[in-house]
Amino acid sequence: MTSTDTNKPRRRFFSPLDMHQGRVDLSHGGGGRAMAQLIAEVFHYHLNNDLLRQGNDQALFGPLRGRLVMSTDGHVVAPLFFNGGNIGSLAVHGTINDVAMAGARPLYLAAGFILEEGLPLADLERIVISMAEACKTAGVPIVTGDTKVVERGKADGCFITTTGVGEVPEGINISGERATPGDAVLVSGTLGDHGIAILSQRENLGFGTDICSDSAALHDLVAAMVEAVPEIHCLRDPTRGGLAATLNELAAQAGVGMQLREAEIPVKAGVRAACEFLGLDPLHIANEGKLIAICPASAAERLVNTMRQHPLGREAAIIGEVVKDPQQLIELETPFGGRRLLDWLTGEQLPRIC
Amino acid sequence: MKFVDEYRDGPLARDLARAIAAEVRPDRDYRLMEFCGGHTHAIFRYGVQDLMPGNLRFVHGPGCPVCVLPMARIDQAIAMATQHPITLCTYGDLMRVPASQRQSLLKAKAAGADIRMVYSTQDALAIARAAPGQPVVFFAIGFETTTPPTAVALNTARAEGLNNFSVFCNHVLTPPALRAILSDSTEQGAHIDGILGPSHVSSIIGSEAYAFVAKDHGLPLVIAGFEPLDVMQSALMLVRLINQGASELHNQYRRAVSPEGNRKAQALMQATFAPRDSFEWRGLGWLPHSALRLADDYQDYDAEQRFPVTLGDSREIQGCECPKVLRGLIEPTDCKLFGHPCSPENPMGACMVSSEGACAAYWSYGRSPRQSTST
Repeated sequence: MTSTDTNKPRRRFFSPLDMHQGRVDLSHGGGGRAMAQLIAEVFHYHLNNDLLRQGNDQALFGPLRGRLVMSTDGHVVAPLFFNGGNIGSLAVHGTINDVAMAGARPLYLAAGFILEEGLPLADLERIVISMAEACKTAGVPIVTGDTKVVERGKADGCFITTTGVGEVPEGINISGERATPGDAVLVSGTLGDHGIAILSQRENLGFGTDICSDSAALHDLVAAMVEAVPEIHCLRDPTRGGLAATLNELAAQAGVGMQLREAEIPVKAGVRAACEFLGLDPLHIANEGKLIAICPASAAERLVNTMRQHPLGREAAIIGEVVKDPQQLIELETPFGGRRLLDWLTGEQLPRIC
Repeated sequence: MKFVDEYRDGPLARDLARAIAAEVRPDRDYRLMEFCGGHTHAIFRYGVQDLMPGNLRFVHGPGCPVCVLPMARIDQAIAMATQHPITLCTYGDLMRVPASQRQSLLKAKAAGADIRMVYSTQDALAIARAAPGQPVVFFAIGFETTTPPTAVALNTARAEGLNNFSVFCNHVLTPPALRAILSDSTEQGAHIDGILGPSHVSSIIGSEAYAFVAKDHGLPLVIAGFEPLDVMQSALMLVRLINQGASELHNQYRRAVSPEGNRKAQALMQATFAPRDSFEWRGLGWLPHSALRLADDYQDYDAEQRFPVTLGDSREIQGCECPKVLRGLIEPTDCKLFGHPCSPENPMGACMVSSEGACAAYWSYGRSPRQSTST
């Protein structure tokens, strides 16, 4: 051995991770070289950006101007891979959307992974690649992260928590309590796609459908909306519990009721059919790429037209209005000619949907 | 959606509503009992009551399998799952039904019992196949509609030699329940002018199974489908029969129900099950020959035999009026517990749990509508 050999930086890892046959084991979370290798070859390699490459336990950025919003979201969906996405893209879209629902421009994301011993590295890589693609499309990087590994049986493959920071433009003031009697209620597209796509791939249900999850980042749509209609009062994405839960939440927050026209609420025929035979209401089913907007009635047409010009808002519709109601009820006019309440979903009939 | 939207057509509903309004006599009331929870659900989901004239009321019947299961049977299931190392498979609805001592299957599961929510008997069989040494019990409930699938599961288990599979049988029969309600209504019970007869149950047992309603009780019965237009058309048929004073059996749901029913399913049920001498129903008490147990030939698959339990007293929650609601004696809103504290999030009685329960339907769809309704 010559002196030059000993001075040469040692190769960091003896052999690359086996992405075809390999599996996550406890050493990948143990703080040793195996963990460093997993982070380097999977996370840093695919999520690559300047802030992540700083290589610290935190990302240093800024200074930022104006008002900031921050949001966090845990993802435990089963199965991990589904029609229209996987837990990785879902984790990126979910948090971007939560930040965007303040009318904000999302800037940075953080991601925490809880991996179950035995998870195929190929699956992990697929998940991380799809996160990287989702980040790239959205223009929002993951700048810091964390990985833990738990024993087999203590998790279900992979859980991901993402946290996001965003900046709210001047003059935008969006919050649930601003829903005011007389306001119009809008949705950005068809409801129930995500929940039905997931359910159709559950082992014990497994029915054939071409319904894809609507998982998508909505910040670009939101940017177009707040530019055209800065006076938007509320934005929210109807995830778990669907439209019903989100509108009931908003009604309670603002102390108002809502009157909706069921015939105007867009639902795909395939989603309706699946709900019909599963005994579910599409308005209770989760969405991951849809939003509800509430704005002054005078701006509703302008807003719906703006939304329809965006690829994620083509099927946007005005579905009803906010009314004065101390009971804070959401009432539907049914196409049948009767009226009914739209209540919260009770219990948890569809676990682990996002 | 084909074959669904046709039965939910708004203009047709308004035509039917006009026809009913033209037929009803202003000098009398029409109290129609819809037997099934499926009817109750449709009436509320589509606002059918709003479309009826003021003197026509729907009275809700006992046809909700979760609602009529007495608390003692839930207690027994929880005891089985906690006193024996079994996997208990159950439908989601049952998980939240209140049991004695503020228990429920959901709480027992959280406390460590191996209780799994399944969507069908096939899921339970799959769980049994995947764990050959582990006893798997299927908590079977329901009327004649869900009984044949349980029979199929039992026969599949036997054919495959799946000895770790067994059934906790709670299947009940519709005609004895109907008979009990009608016998009661002649005394202090609910006054009923006509009956919307079971829909899916009748596709199995056939419409002739209800001949006794006209013969013994002098009431008209119309077998009615579960779609809102089915319910309205059946109501119109009943109004006409009532006006004519005709106690006859008619079948509105002819697209699914024949006079003799599904003979194959009946034969399968007969071979796999035997009638119990007596069975307790919530609201109706102990009714003779009103439920099924596993036939002698299938005793090895009977969870009650295999996993005996010691049980304390089962006590229904005080003040809960489920029994009266199930007999059509009162409306859910007449119950002191309705809304506070009893709601779907915090049910005190089974009628508030199942989506087919009258209390849950009132709460979810009909609670204090904002504007007064046009009755």
